[in-house]
Amino acid sequence: MLVIALWWFASAIGYLDPRILSGPGTVLSTASDLISSGRLQDNVLISLQRAGLGLFFGVTAGVLLAVAAGLSRTGEYLLDGPLQIKRAIPSLAMLPLLILWLGIGEQMKVTVIALGVAVNMYINTYASLTGIDSRYVELAEGLDLSRAQFIRKVVVPGSLPGFFVGLRLGVTASWLGLIVVEQINATSGIGYMMFQAQQYAQSDVIIVGLVAYGIFGFASDAAVRAVERKVLSWRRTLAG
Amino acid sequence: MATHSGGLNPAHGTGTTAVEERPAIRTRRLVRRFGDRDVLKELDLTVAPGEFTALLGRSGSGKSTLLRAVARLDHTVEGSGELTVPDRVSLSFQDSRLLPWLRVIDNVTLGLRGPKARERGLTALAEVGLEGRDRSWPHELSGGEQQRAALARALVREPELLLADEPFGALDALTRIKMHGLLRELYERHRPAVLLVTHDVDEAVELADRVLVLEDGRISIDLTVDLPTPRSRRDPRFQEYRDTLLTALGVAQPQTLSEEKESHVPHA
Repeated sequence: MLVIALWWFASAIGYLDPRILSGPGTVLSTASDLISSGRLQDNVLISLQRAGLGLFFGVTAGVLLAVAAGLSRTGEYLLDGPLQIKRAIPSLAMLPLLILWLGIGEQMKVTVIALGVAVNMYINTYASLTGIDSRYVELAEGLDLSRAQFIRKVVVPGSLPGFFVGLRLGVTASWLGLIVVEQINATSGIGYMMFQAQQYAQSDVIIVGLVAYGIFGFASDAAVRAVERKVLSWRRTLAG
Repeated sequence: MATHSGGLNPAHGTGTTAVEERPAIRTRRLVRRFGDRDVLKELDLTVAPGEFTALLGRSGSGKSTLLRAVARLDHTVEGSGELTVPDRVSLSFQDSRLLPWLRVIDNVTLGLRGPKARERGLTALAEVGLEGRDRSWPHELSGGEQQRAALARALVREPELLLADEPFGALDALTRIKMHGLLRELYERHRPAVLLVTHDVDEAVELADRVLVLEDGRISIDLTVDLPTPRSRRDPRFQEYRDTLLTALGVAQPQTLSEEKESHVPHA
């Protein structure tokens, strides 16, 4: 609040050059212009689609890999090593190679986002899966649980805490990936809109983009946390 | 070794009970080996259906190995010998081992097949004194209540054989007394064969009708406890059984065992 008030004041007395940083009023009216022209919605929609698709493929791949590595020795042997190495290489560093392979279209953008998400999902889900108490495995054996029941009642709930840690990191990773891919040869999306604005020194448009990113980042994290609280309500935590 | 009024039999006899039905547990020359050490050495044991047997032994005597063998939880352990157990075997552990992500009722009915699983679970919960707690999470129960829920989970399967590995070991003394009463009561009502592994001599004599002492991989004492229930620890015959078992366990002075538990027996 204080920051906004200061910002307002500095702009009003002309201390801030609009080319460096537009005043809050300008930003607001630009935002409403962008909305009434439909430009903001179009770009937001395409950005959300990219992030959503990347998140979807990343989560699916990460979980499948974690299950494959967590439930079979062969899977662990084949998958865990390479994925732990992959973890050391930031997904964004793969960008040149992915552009070379997939071009600069949507496919590359979604892949970059999905890669970052998948690694986070894998690492955390796998850790949680292999960390399930062996006493519960013994219990399942004593109760003659079938393989399907064992997975449904023991493995899945037992690995959910790690899944949610992975999901929260994955959501953050998907926004990060989105921001980067939208700065590179994009022709649409919030990042593209901001990049264009930079060329014309429209700091107000840039700020609208930043706010949009901020809102989506915050809202998605809050959504994941809400689902997590609901699903993991059995947990006794410090937060109560 | 003195002959006891309750009947003290040599270890490798045919067992104390005349077995006409199929026995609840039958082992012949059972061997379990860890590395080059034989933990169970050609162990022969027969437990009749509906017989409440306690298994005593010092640490490392092979109690848990025997229990895990009978529960068939030891496929990775090397061994040989015959082992016969019934189809319906329930197991209870020192920890209640309730899955923290399932409500109490779902823990009790976990893996239960057939219709009315839920009703059966609720009945079992009521039997252990946990009616109305079916929707609770395990962490909302006290240690004693968790162990009760575990008992309900074991009983709801209507086991022919109940294997219990120091089920009261982690409970405080007062809760343990209540649980002893509950276990005996449930046993009288359902009559499964019970194999209770414990290190507590008083607990064994109070609950079981037959007490075995495992020593160095073999059964060294097989004692029938011929006392009416409920049993009082003040009963002089109770103390006789107790002294016999303590001697068998190599504890010359019974008082020295009290490091592990509160002595409930007032000294005369």
